[in-house]
Amino acid sequence: MSGGADPHLGHWPLSIAGLAAFFGIWWLAAGLGLAPPQFLPMPQDVLRTFFDLLHEPFAGYTLGQHLWSSFLRFAMGFLLAAAIGVPLGLLMGWFEWLDRIVTPLFECIRYVAPIAWVPFAALWFGTGIGGPVLIIFAGAFPPCVVNSYRGAKYVEPRLIEAAQTLGASNLRIVAQVLLPAALPSIVAGLRVSAGLGWMSLIGAELIVASSGIGYMLVKGQSNIDTAIVMSGMIAIGLVGVAIDMLLRRAEARLLRYRHPSNS
Amino acid sequence: MSNIVFESVTRVFRRDGRDFLTLDGISLEIAEKEFVAVVGPSGCGKTTCMRMVAGLEFPTSGQVKVAGEAVRKPSSERAVVFQQFALFPWKSVWDNIDFGLRVKGLPAQKRREIIEHYIGLMNLKGYESAYPHQLSGGMQQRVAIARAYALDPQVLLMDEPFGALDAQTRVVMQEELVKLARINPRTVLFITHAVDESVYLADRVVIMTSRPGKVKEIVDVKSTREKEGWDKYSKIEDVMDLPSFVSLRTHIWRSLREEHGHVEERA
Repeated sequence: MSGGADPHLGHWPLSIAGLAAFFGIWWLAAGLGLAPPQFLPMPQDVLRTFFDLLHEPFAGYTLGQHLWSSFLRFAMGFLLAAAIGVPLGLLMGWFEWLDRIVTPLFECIRYVAPIAWVPFAALWFGTGIGGPVLIIFAGAFPPCVVNSYRGAKYVEPRLIEAAQTLGASNLRIVAQVLLPAALPSIVAGLRVSAGLGWMSLIGAELIVASSGIGYMLVKGQSNIDTAIVMSGMIAIGLVGVAIDMLLRRAEARLLRYRHPSNS
Repeated sequence: MSNIVFESVTRVFRRDGRDFLTLDGISLEIAEKEFVAVVGPSGCGKTTCMRMVAGLEFPTSGQVKVAGEAVRKPSSERAVVFQQFALFPWKSVWDNIDFGLRVKGLPAQKRREIIEHYIGLMNLKGYESAYPHQLSGGMQQRVAIARAYALDPQVLLMDEPFGALDAQTRVVMQEELVKLARINPRTVLFITHAVDESVYLADRVVIMTSRPGKVKEIVDVKSTREKEGWDKYSKIEDVMDLPSFVSLRTHIWRSLREEHGHVEERA
Protein backbone atom coordinates (compact mmCIF):
# COMPACT_ATOMS: atom_id res chain seq x y z
CA MET A 1 0.00 0.00 0.00
CA SER A 2 1.61 3.27 -1.00
CA GLY A 3 1.57 6.66 0.65
CA GLY A 4 -1.59 8.23 2.03
CA ALA A 5 -4.25 5.57 1.49
CA ASP A 6 -6.05 4.06 4.45
CA PRO A 7 -4.87 0.43 4.54
CA HIS A 8 -8.37 -0.87 5.34
CA LEU A 9 -10.24 1.01 2.65
CA GLY A 10 -7.54 0.84 -0.01
CA HIS A 11 -7.68 3.47 -2.72
CA TRP A 12 -11.44 3.48 -3.13
CA PRO A 13 -12.15 6.67 -1.17
CA LEU A 14 -9.65 8.58 -3.29
CA SER A 15 -11.08 7.23 -6.52
CA ILE A 16 -14.60 8.13 -5.46
CA ALA A 17 -13.44 11.59 -4.40
CA GLY A 18 -11.88 12.09 -7.82
CA LEU A 19 -15.10 11.14 -9.62
CA ALA A 20 -17.19 13.25 -7.25
CA ALA A 21 -15.00 16.29 -7.86
CA PHE A 22 -15.31 15.82 -11.62
CA PHE A 23 -19.11 15.61 -11.55
CA GLY A 24 -19.28 18.41 -9.00
CA ILE A 25 -17.36 20.80 -11.23
CA TRP A 26 -19.37 19.72 -14.26
CA TRP A 27 -22.62 20.22 -12.35
CA LEU A 28 -21.52 23.64 -11.11
CA ALA A 29 -20.31 24.79 -14.52
CA ALA A 30 -23.55 23.73 -16.22
CA GLY A 31 -25.88 24.67 -13.34
CA LEU A 32 -24.50 28.16 -12.75
CA GLY A 33 -24.99 28.89 -16.42
CA LEU A 34 -21.24 29.27 -17.14
CA ALA A 35 -21.91 27.24 -20.26
CA PRO A 36 -25.33 27.17 -21.96
CA PRO A 37 -27.05 23.72 -22.18
CA GLN A 38 -26.53 23.38 -25.93
CA PHE A 39 -22.77 23.49 -25.19
CA LEU A 40 -22.69 21.61 -21.90
CA PRO A 41 -25.68 19.56 -20.70
CA MET A 42 -26.44 19.06 -16.98
CA PRO A 43 -25.17 15.75 -15.58
CA GLN A 44 -28.70 14.66 -14.60
CA ASP A 45 -29.97 15.38 -18.14
CA VAL A 46 -27.23 13.21 -19.58
CA LEU A 47 -28.09 10.45 -17.12
CA ARG A 48 -31.78 10.62 -18.04
CA THR A 49 -30.99 10.64 -21.77
CA PHE A 50 -28.63 7.70 -21.28
CA PHE A 51 -31.39 5.57 -19.73
CA ASP A 52 -33.98 6.78 -22.25
CA LEU A 53 -31.70 5.74 -25.08
CA LEU A 54 -31.54 2.22 -23.67
CA HIS A 55 -35.16 1.62 -24.73
CA GLU A 56 -36.02 4.49 -27.09
CA PRO A 57 -34.42 4.14 -30.50
CA PHE A 58 -32.39 7.08 -31.77
CA ALA A 59 -31.04 7.19 -35.32
CA GLY A 60 -32.78 3.88 -35.95
CA TYR A 61 -31.62 1.87 -32.94
CA THR A 62 -31.47 1.87 -29.14
CA LEU A 63 -28.18 2.58 -27.39
CA GLY A 64 -27.74 -1.13 -26.73
CA GLN A 65 -28.22 -1.97 -30.43
CA HIS A 66 -25.76 0.72 -31.49
CA LEU A 67 -23.24 -0.58 -29.01
CA TRP A 68 -23.71 -4.17 -30.14
CA SER A 69 -23.22 -3.29 -33.76
CA SER A 70 -20.06 -1.35 -32.84
CA PHE A 71 -18.83 -4.19 -30.70
CA LEU A 72 -19.26 -6.76 -33.47
CA ARG A 73 -17.21 -4.65 -35.85
CA PHE A 74 -14.61 -4.14 -33.16
CA ALA A 75 -14.44 -7.87 -32.41
CA MET A 76 -13.97 -8.71 -36.08
CA GLY A 77 -11.26 -6.14 -36.66
CA PHE A 78 -9.48 -6.89 -33.42
CA LEU A 79 -9.51 -10.68 -33.83
CA LEU A 80 -8.31 -10.35 -37.41
CA ALA A 81 -5.48 -8.07 -36.27
CA ALA A 82 -4.49 -10.51 -33.50
CA ALA A 83 -4.77 -13.57 -35.73
CA ILE A 84 -2.44 -12.06 -38.33
CA GLY A 85 -0.32 -9.73 -36.19
CA VAL A 86 0.76 -12.10 -33.42
CA PRO A 87 2.06 -14.91 -35.66
CA LEU A 88 3.66 -12.36 -37.99
CA GLY A 89 5.47 -10.66 -35.09
CA LEU A 90 6.72 -13.98 -33.70
CA LEU A 91 7.91 -15.21 -37.08
CA MET A 92 9.68 -11.89 -37.69
CA GLY A 93 11.35 -12.34 -34.32
CA TRP A 94 12.69 -15.74 -35.37
CA PHE A 95 13.36 -15.59 -39.13
CA GLU A 96 15.72 -12.75 -39.88
CA TRP A 97 14.91 -12.72 -43.60
CA LEU A 98 11.25 -12.12 -42.83
CA ASP A 99 12.22 -9.34 -40.43
CA ARG A 100 14.26 -7.72 -43.23
CA ILE A 101 11.40 -7.96 -45.72
CA VAL A 102 8.58 -6.76 -43.52
CA THR A 103 10.13 -4.21 -41.16
CA PRO A 104 10.71 -1.25 -43.56
CA LEU A 105 7.20 -1.55 -44.95
CA PHE A 106 5.65 -2.03 -41.54
CA GLU A 107 7.53 0.89 -39.98
CA CYS A 108 6.12 3.24 -42.63
CA ILE A 109 2.57 1.99 -42.42
CA ARG A 110 2.29 1.91 -38.64
CA TYR A 111 2.60 5.70 -38.42
CA VAL A 112 -0.40 6.23 -40.67
CA ALA A 113 -3.28 7.04 -38.31
CA PRO A 114 -6.12 4.49 -38.60
CA ILE A 115 -8.53 7.28 -39.48
CA ALA A 116 -6.43 8.05 -42.56
CA TRP A 117 -7.80 4.81 -44.03
CA VAL A 118 -11.32 6.25 -44.05
CA PRO A 119 -11.24 7.35 -47.71
CA PHE A 120 -10.19 3.88 -48.82
CA ALA A 121 -12.58 2.21 -46.41
CA ALA A 122 -15.40 4.20 -48.00
CA LEU A 123 -14.14 3.59 -51.52
CA TRP A 124 -13.65 -0.15 -51.15
CA PHE A 125 -16.51 -1.09 -48.86
CA GLY A 126 -19.07 1.78 -48.98
CA THR A 127 -21.07 1.64 -45.77
CA GLY A 128 -20.68 -2.14 -45.48
CA ILE A 129 -19.04 -3.79 -42.53
CA GLY A 130 -15.67 -4.00 -44.30
CA GLY A 131 -14.95 -0.28 -43.90
CA PRO A 132 -15.02 -0.05 -40.11
CA VAL A 133 -13.30 -3.44 -39.82
CA LEU A 134 -10.46 -2.18 -42.00
CA ILE A 135 -10.04 0.92 -39.84
CA ILE A 136 -10.10 -1.04 -36.58
CA PHE A 137 -7.63 -3.46 -38.09
CA ALA A 138 -5.35 -0.54 -39.00
CA GLY A 139 -5.45 0.63 -35.39
CA ALA A 140 -5.13 -2.76 -33.70
CA PHE A 141 -2.58 -4.43 -35.97
CA PRO A 142 0.69 -2.56 -35.18
CA PRO A 143 0.77 -3.18 -31.40
CA CYS A 144 0.08 -6.90 -32.03
CA VAL A 145 3.07 -7.14 -34.35
CA VAL A 146 5.43 -4.94 -32.34
CA ASN A 147 4.81 -6.62 -28.99
CA SER A 148 4.98 -10.16 -30.36
CA TYR A 149 8.18 -9.28 -32.15
CA ARG A 150 9.79 -7.75 -29.06
CA GLY A 151 8.57 -10.60 -26.89
CA ALA A 152 10.12 -13.11 -29.27
CA LYS A 153 13.42 -11.20 -29.34
CA TYR A 154 13.68 -11.16 -25.55
CA VAL A 155 13.08 -14.86 -24.95
CA GLU A 156 15.91 -16.28 -22.86
CA PRO A 157 18.40 -17.88 -25.26
CA ARG A 158 18.82 -20.91 -23.03
CA LEU A 159 15.15 -21.84 -23.47
CA ILE A 160 15.59 -21.73 -27.23
CA GLU A 161 18.79 -23.75 -26.98
CA ALA A 162 17.06 -26.29 -24.74
CA ALA A 163 14.31 -26.69 -27.34
CA GLN A 164 16.88 -27.03 -30.15
CA THR A 165 18.80 -29.72 -28.31
CA LEU A 166 15.50 -31.52 -27.68
CA GLY A 167 15.14 -31.69 -31.44
CA ALA A 168 12.55 -28.96 -32.05
CA SER A 169 12.22 -27.54 -35.57
CA ASN A 170 12.04 -23.81 -36.31
CA LEU A 171 8.25 -23.72 -36.51
CA ARG A 172 7.90 -25.74 -33.33
CA ILE A 173 10.21 -23.31 -31.56
CA VAL A 174 8.08 -20.38 -32.72
CA ALA A 175 4.81 -22.03 -31.66
CA GLN A 176 5.90 -23.79 -28.50
CA VAL A 177 8.73 -21.70 -27.11
CA LEU A 178 8.52 -18.16 -28.48
CA LEU A 179 4.73 -17.92 -28.20
CA PRO A 180 4.41 -19.00 -24.57
CA ALA A 181 7.61 -17.23 -23.51
CA ALA A 182 6.50 -14.00 -25.17
CA LEU A 183 2.96 -14.25 -23.87
CA PRO A 184 3.26 -11.50 -21.23
CA SER A 185 4.46 -9.10 -23.91
CA ILE A 186 1.85 -10.31 -26.40
CA VAL A 187 -1.01 -9.86 -23.96
CA ALA A 188 0.22 -6.37 -23.10
CA GLY A 189 0.20 -5.69 -26.84
CA LEU A 190 -3.32 -7.04 -27.22
CA ARG A 191 -4.54 -4.67 -24.53
CA VAL A 192 -3.00 -1.66 -26.27
CA SER A 193 -4.36 -3.05 -29.51
CA ALA A 194 -7.90 -3.36 -28.18
CA GLY A 195 -7.78 0.21 -26.88
CA LEU A 196 -6.56 1.61 -30.19
CA GLY A 197 -9.00 -0.56 -32.13
CA TRP A 198 -11.95 0.59 -30.08
CA MET A 199 -10.94 4.23 -30.45
CA SER A 200 -10.42 3.85 -34.21
CA LEU A 201 -13.82 2.23 -34.56
CA ILE A 202 -15.62 5.20 -33.11
CA GLY A 203 -13.70 7.49 -35.44
CA ALA A 204 -14.60 5.28 -38.38
CA GLU A 205 -18.28 5.18 -37.52
CA LEU A 206 -18.43 8.96 -37.43
CA ILE A 207 -17.83 8.77 -41.15
CA VAL A 208 -18.56 5.39 -42.73
CA ALA A 209 -21.48 3.68 -41.01
CA SER A 210 -25.25 3.83 -40.67
CA SER A 211 -25.39 2.33 -37.20
CA GLY A 212 -23.11 2.06 -34.22
CA ILE A 213 -22.18 4.32 -31.39
CA GLY A 214 -20.08 6.66 -33.53
CA TYR A 215 -22.97 7.07 -35.95
CA MET A 216 -25.22 7.88 -32.99
CA LEU A 217 -22.81 10.62 -31.93
CA VAL A 218 -22.91 12.29 -35.34
CA LYS A 219 -26.69 12.15 -35.42
CA GLY A 220 -26.81 13.60 -31.91
CA GLN A 221 -24.56 16.40 -33.01
CA SER A 222 -26.66 17.23 -36.07
CA ASN A 223 -29.74 17.35 -33.81
CA ILE A 224 -27.78 19.68 -31.49
CA ASP A 225 -28.57 17.25 -28.68
CA THR A 226 -25.47 17.37 -26.49
CA ALA A 227 -26.99 14.99 -23.95
CA ILE A 228 -27.13 12.26 -26.60
CA VAL A 229 -23.53 12.93 -27.61
CA MET A 230 -22.43 12.80 -23.99
CA SER A 231 -24.40 9.56 -23.39
CA GLY A 232 -22.63 8.00 -26.33
CA MET A 233 -19.26 9.11 -24.97
CA ILE A 234 -20.06 7.56 -21.60
CA ALA A 235 -21.10 4.30 -23.28
CA ILE A 236 -17.83 4.27 -25.26
CA GLY A 237 -15.82 4.76 -22.09
CA LEU A 238 -17.69 2.05 -20.21
CA VAL A 239 -17.32 -0.50 -23.00
CA GLY A 240 -13.63 0.37 -23.33
CA VAL A 241 -13.14 -0.32 -19.64
CA ALA A 242 -15.12 -3.56 -19.94
CA ILE A 243 -12.98 -4.76 -22.86
CA ASP A 244 -9.82 -4.06 -20.91
CA MET A 245 -11.17 -5.89 -17.86
CA LEU A 246 -11.98 -8.92 -20.01
CA LEU A 247 -8.46 -8.94 -21.44
CA ARG A 248 -6.96 -8.62 -17.98
CA ARG A 249 -8.90 -11.65 -16.84
CA ALA A 250 -7.73 -13.54 -19.88
CA GLU A 251 -4.18 -12.44 -19.06
CA ALA A 252 -4.44 -13.68 -15.47
CA ARG A 253 -5.68 -17.05 -16.74
CA LEU A 254 -3.05 -17.40 -19.44
CA LEU A 255 -0.19 -16.48 -17.14
CA ARG A 256 -1.41 -18.57 -14.23
CA TYR A 257 1.71 -20.72 -14.24
CA ARG A 258 3.73 -17.77 -12.96
CA HIS A 259 1.71 -17.31 -9.82
CA PRO A 260 2.28 -19.99 -7.18
CA SER A 261 -1.00 -19.26 -5.37
CA ASN A 262 -3.26 -19.97 -8.34
CA SER A 263 -1.90 -23.29 -9.48
CA MET B 1 34.51 -47.07 -31.76
CA SER B 2 34.89 -43.47 -30.69
CA ASN B 3 31.62 -41.72 -30.23
CA ILE B 4 32.78 -38.11 -29.84
CA VAL B 5 35.88 -36.90 -31.61
CA PHE B 6 37.58 -33.51 -31.45
CA GLU B 7 40.02 -33.11 -34.35
CA SER B 8 42.44 -30.23 -33.68
CA VAL B 9 39.61 -27.91 -32.80
CA THR B 10 40.40 -24.22 -32.60
CA ARG B 11 38.02 -21.49 -31.67
CA VAL B 12 38.53 -17.77 -32.06
CA PHE B 13 36.17 -15.20 -30.59
CA ARG B 14 36.02 -11.77 -32.09
CA ARG B 15 35.28 -8.92 -29.73
CA ASP B 16 35.79 -5.16 -30.17
CA GLY B 17 37.58 -5.83 -33.41
CA ARG B 18 40.16 -8.06 -31.73
CA ASP B 19 40.54 -11.81 -32.00
CA PHE B 20 40.77 -13.94 -28.89
CA LEU B 21 41.99 -17.49 -29.16
CA THR B 22 39.89 -19.50 -26.68
CA LEU B 23 40.51 -23.07 -27.78
CA ASP B 24 43.84 -24.07 -29.24
CA GLY B 25 44.06 -27.38 -31.03
CA ILE B 26 41.87 -29.61 -28.91
CA SER B 27 42.10 -33.28 -29.90
CA LEU B 28 40.18 -35.79 -27.88
CA GLU B 29 38.34 -39.07 -28.41
CA ILE B 30 35.53 -40.26 -26.23
CA ALA B 31 34.46 -43.89 -26.54
CA GLU B 32 30.92 -45.20 -26.73
CA LYS B 33 29.31 -45.27 -23.24
CA GLU B 34 32.30 -43.57 -21.70
CA PHE B 35 31.82 -40.91 -19.01
CA VAL B 36 34.34 -38.13 -19.50
CA ALA B 37 34.60 -35.11 -17.24
CA VAL B 38 36.36 -31.94 -18.33
CA VAL B 39 37.88 -29.72 -15.63
CA GLY B 40 39.75 -26.49 -16.08
CA PRO B 41 40.08 -22.94 -14.84
CA SER B 42 37.19 -20.60 -15.61
CA GLY B 43 37.33 -19.15 -19.08
CA CYS B 44 39.38 -22.04 -20.45
CA GLY B 45 36.70 -22.85 -23.00
CA LYS B 46 35.37 -26.10 -21.50
CA THR B 47 31.76 -25.03 -21.90
CA THR B 48 32.51 -24.05 -25.49
CA CYS B 49 33.75 -27.60 -26.09
CA MET B 50 30.43 -28.98 -24.87
CA ARG B 51 28.43 -26.48 -26.90
CA MET B 52 30.29 -27.49 -30.05
CA VAL B 53 29.30 -31.12 -29.50
CA ALA B 54 25.72 -29.92 -28.95
CA GLY B 55 25.79 -28.01 -32.25
CA LEU B 56 25.14 -24.68 -30.52
CA GLU B 57 28.58 -23.33 -31.49
CA PHE B 58 31.08 -24.24 -34.15
CA PRO B 59 34.88 -24.53 -34.39
CA THR B 60 36.84 -21.85 -36.20
CA SER B 61 39.02 -24.65 -37.56
CA GLY B 62 39.11 -28.40 -37.04
CA GLN B 63 36.11 -30.63 -36.59
CA VAL B 64 33.84 -32.06 -33.95
CA LYS B 65 32.35 -35.41 -34.92
CA VAL B 66 29.74 -37.53 -33.24
CA ALA B 67 29.30 -41.12 -34.41
CA GLY B 68 31.54 -40.37 -37.36
CA GLU B 69 29.63 -37.33 -38.61
CA ALA B 70 30.59 -33.68 -38.29
CA VAL B 71 28.20 -31.79 -36.01
CA ARG B 72 26.26 -29.17 -37.98
CA LYS B 73 23.22 -28.40 -35.86
CA PRO B 74 21.58 -29.36 -32.56
CA SER B 75 19.89 -32.74 -32.35
CA SER B 76 18.01 -34.75 -29.78
CA GLU B 77 20.71 -37.42 -30.20
CA ARG B 78 22.92 -35.02 -28.24
CA ALA B 79 20.81 -33.99 -25.26
CA VAL B 80 22.04 -31.19 -23.02
CA VAL B 81 21.60 -30.58 -19.30
CA PHE B 82 22.28 -26.90 -18.71
CA GLN B 83 23.68 -25.35 -15.57
CA GLN B 84 20.62 -23.16 -15.14
CA PHE B 85 18.24 -26.07 -15.85
CA ALA B 86 16.50 -24.28 -18.77
CA LEU B 87 13.14 -25.87 -18.02
CA PHE B 88 10.12 -24.38 -19.76
CA PRO B 89 8.48 -22.34 -16.99
CA TRP B 90 5.00 -22.62 -18.55
CA LYS B 91 5.10 -26.41 -18.68
CA SER B 92 4.57 -28.83 -15.83
CA VAL B 93 7.20 -31.40 -14.87
CA TRP B 94 5.38 -33.99 -16.97
CA ASP B 95 5.12 -31.73 -20.01
CA ASN B 96 8.74 -30.64 -19.76
CA ILE B 97 9.84 -34.27 -20.00
CA ASP B 98 7.25 -34.88 -22.71
CA PHE B 99 8.49 -32.04 -24.95
CA GLY B 100 11.33 -33.91 -26.62
CA LEU B 101 9.31 -37.13 -26.85
CA ARG B 102 6.56 -35.31 -28.73
CA VAL B 103 9.13 -33.84 -31.10
CA LYS B 104 10.31 -37.38 -31.76
CA GLY B 105 6.72 -38.26 -32.63
CA LEU B 106 6.41 -41.22 -30.25
CA PRO B 107 2.91 -42.61 -29.66
CA ALA B 108 1.10 -41.47 -26.51
CA GLN B 109 1.31 -44.83 -24.74
CA LYS B 110 5.05 -45.08 -25.29
CA ARG B 111 5.59 -41.51 -24.11
CA ARG B 112 3.64 -42.16 -20.94
CA GLU B 113 5.72 -45.24 -20.16
CA ILE B 114 8.99 -43.38 -20.66
CA ILE B 115 7.91 -40.38 -18.61
CA GLU B 116 6.68 -42.54 -15.75
CA HIS B 117 9.91 -44.51 -15.80
CA TYR B 118 12.10 -41.43 -15.43
CA ILE B 119 9.79 -39.74 -12.96
CA GLY B 120 10.22 -42.80 -10.77
CA LEU B 121 13.96 -43.02 -11.34
CA MET B 122 14.55 -39.36 -10.53
CA ASN B 123 12.30 -39.31 -7.44
CA LEU B 124 9.79 -36.91 -8.94
CA LYS B 125 6.68 -38.91 -8.12
CA GLY B 126 3.84 -36.69 -6.92
CA TYR B 127 5.28 -33.64 -8.68
CA GLU B 128 4.13 -34.47 -12.21
CA SER B 129 1.81 -31.48 -12.48
CA ALA B 130 4.00 -29.00 -10.60
CA TYR B 131 5.52 -26.07 -12.48
CA PRO B 132 9.29 -25.49 -12.32
CA HIS B 133 9.06 -22.42 -10.09
CA GLN B 134 7.34 -24.53 -7.44
CA LEU B 135 10.32 -26.88 -7.19
CA SER B 136 13.67 -26.57 -5.43
CA GLY B 137 16.82 -26.20 -7.52
CA GLY B 138 17.72 -29.86 -6.98
CA MET B 139 14.33 -31.03 -8.17
CA GLN B 140 14.41 -28.74 -11.17
CA GLN B 141 17.74 -30.22 -12.16
CA ARG B 142 16.32 -33.73 -11.75
CA VAL B 143 13.57 -32.79 -14.19
CA ALA B 144 16.19 -31.47 -16.62
CA ILE B 145 18.17 -34.71 -16.32
CA ALA B 146 15.03 -36.79 -16.80
CA ARG B 147 14.12 -34.67 -19.83
CA ALA B 148 17.52 -35.38 -21.39
CA TYR B 149 17.69 -39.10 -20.50
CA ALA B 150 14.11 -39.71 -21.66
CA LEU B 151 15.18 -39.06 -25.26
CA ASP B 152 17.57 -42.00 -25.03
CA PRO B 153 20.27 -39.97 -26.79
CA GLN B 154 23.58 -41.29 -28.11
CA VAL B 155 25.36 -38.61 -26.16
CA LEU B 156 24.55 -36.68 -22.98
CA LEU B 157 26.15 -33.30 -22.49
CA MET B 158 26.18 -31.74 -19.05
CA ASP B 159 27.40 -28.23 -18.42
CA GLU B 160 28.15 -27.85 -14.72
CA PRO B 161 24.71 -29.29 -14.02
CA PHE B 162 25.17 -29.18 -10.26
CA GLY B 163 26.96 -25.84 -10.14
CA ALA B 164 23.86 -23.92 -9.09
CA LEU B 165 22.92 -26.35 -6.29
CA ASP B 166 23.74 -26.17 -2.60
CA ALA B 167 26.40 -28.57 -1.28
CA GLN B 168 24.06 -31.20 0.18
CA THR B 169 21.74 -31.31 -2.80
CA ARG B 170 24.73 -31.57 -5.04
CA VAL B 171 25.98 -34.69 -3.23
CA VAL B 172 22.57 -36.35 -3.53
CA MET B 173 22.45 -35.51 -7.23
CA GLN B 174 25.96 -36.86 -7.81
CA GLU B 175 25.01 -40.15 -6.20
CA GLU B 176 21.84 -40.34 -8.25
CA LEU B 177 23.71 -39.60 -11.44
CA VAL B 178 26.15 -42.42 -10.69
CA LYS B 179 23.24 -44.79 -10.11
CA LEU B 180 21.57 -43.65 -13.31
CA ALA B 181 24.81 -44.00 -15.26
CA ARG B 182 25.18 -47.59 -14.01
CA ILE B 183 21.61 -48.55 -14.88
CA ASN B 184 21.67 -46.77 -18.21
CA PRO B 185 25.22 -46.25 -19.47
CA ARG B 186 25.58 -43.43 -22.00
CA THR B 187 28.35 -41.49 -23.61
CA VAL B 188 28.61 -38.50 -21.30
CA LEU B 189 30.60 -35.31 -21.61
CA PHE B 190 30.46 -33.63 -18.24
CA ILE B 191 31.80 -30.10 -17.75
CA THR B 192 32.68 -29.07 -14.21
CA HIS B 193 35.11 -27.06 -12.15
CA ALA B 194 34.72 -29.32 -9.09
CA VAL B 195 37.56 -31.82 -8.93
CA ASP B 196 35.85 -34.16 -6.41
CA GLU B 197 32.87 -34.40 -8.68
CA SER B 198 34.94 -35.22 -11.73
CA VAL B 199 36.81 -38.04 -9.98
CA TYR B 200 33.65 -39.43 -8.43
CA LEU B 201 31.63 -39.48 -11.65
CA ALA B 202 33.95 -39.96 -14.59
CA ASP B 203 35.82 -42.78 -16.29
CA ARG B 204 38.40 -40.28 -17.49
CA VAL B 205 39.10 -36.71 -16.43
CA VAL B 206 40.37 -34.24 -19.02
CA ILE B 207 42.35 -31.36 -17.51
CA MET B 208 42.47 -28.21 -19.58
CA THR B 209 44.98 -25.37 -19.48
CA SER B 210 43.94 -21.78 -18.86
CA ARG B 211 43.11 -19.70 -21.92
CA PRO B 212 43.78 -20.47 -24.66
CA GLY B 213 42.42 -23.87 -23.67
CA LYS B 214 44.38 -26.94 -24.60
CA VAL B 215 44.19 -30.49 -23.31
CA LYS B 216 46.82 -30.59 -20.60
CA GLU B 217 46.43 -34.10 -19.29
CA ILE B 218 43.97 -36.96 -19.33
CA VAL B 219 43.61 -38.92 -16.09
CA ASP B 220 42.27 -42.45 -16.13
CA VAL B 221 39.91 -42.93 -13.18
CA LYS B 222 38.07 -46.01 -14.35
CA SER B 223 40.92 -48.51 -13.90
CA THR B 224 41.52 -47.30 -10.33
CA ARG B 225 37.83 -47.35 -9.56
CA GLU B 226 37.46 -50.91 -10.77
CA LYS B 227 40.66 -52.13 -9.11
CA GLU B 228 39.79 -50.54 -5.77
CA GLY B 229 36.11 -51.44 -5.95
CA TRP B 230 34.63 -47.94 -5.44
CA ASP B 231 31.29 -49.18 -6.67
CA LYS B 232 30.82 -51.20 -3.48
CA TYR B 233 30.18 -47.94 -1.63
CA SER B 234 26.87 -46.23 -2.14
CA LYS B 235 27.77 -43.04 -0.32
CA ILE B 236 30.02 -40.45 -1.86
CA GLU B 237 31.83 -39.66 1.40
CA ASP B 238 32.93 -43.30 1.77
CA VAL B 239 34.48 -43.21 -1.69
CA MET B 240 36.06 -39.84 -1.05
CA ASP B 241 37.87 -41.21 2.02
CA LEU B 242 39.62 -43.97 0.10
CA PRO B 243 43.36 -43.42 -0.39
CA SER B 244 43.04 -44.25 -4.08
CA PHE B 245 40.42 -41.48 -4.48
CA VAL B 246 42.46 -38.99 -2.49
CA SER B 247 45.57 -39.64 -4.52
CA LEU B 248 43.77 -39.12 -7.85
CA ARG B 249 42.08 -35.99 -6.57
CA THR B 250 45.34 -34.54 -5.29
CA HIS B 251 47.02 -35.31 -8.59
CA ILE B 252 44.34 -33.41 -10.51
CA TRP B 253 44.42 -30.55 -8.01
CA ARG B 254 48.16 -30.12 -8.45
CA SER B 255 47.84 -30.18 -12.19
CA LEU B 256 45.08 -27.55 -12.11
CA ARG B 257 46.89 -25.36 -9.65
CA GLU B 258 49.86 -25.09 -11.95
CA GLU B 259 47.42 -23.61 -14.43
CA HIS B 260 46.18 -21.01 -12.06
CA GLY B 261 49.58 -20.00 -10.81
CA HIS B 262 47.82 -19.06 -7.61
CA VAL B 263 45.83 -20.67 -4.86
CA GLU B 264 42.43 -21.82 -6.04
CA GLU B 265 39.62 -21.95 -3.56
CA ARG B 266 38.47 -25.48 -2.97
CA ALA B 267 35.11 -26.01 -4.51
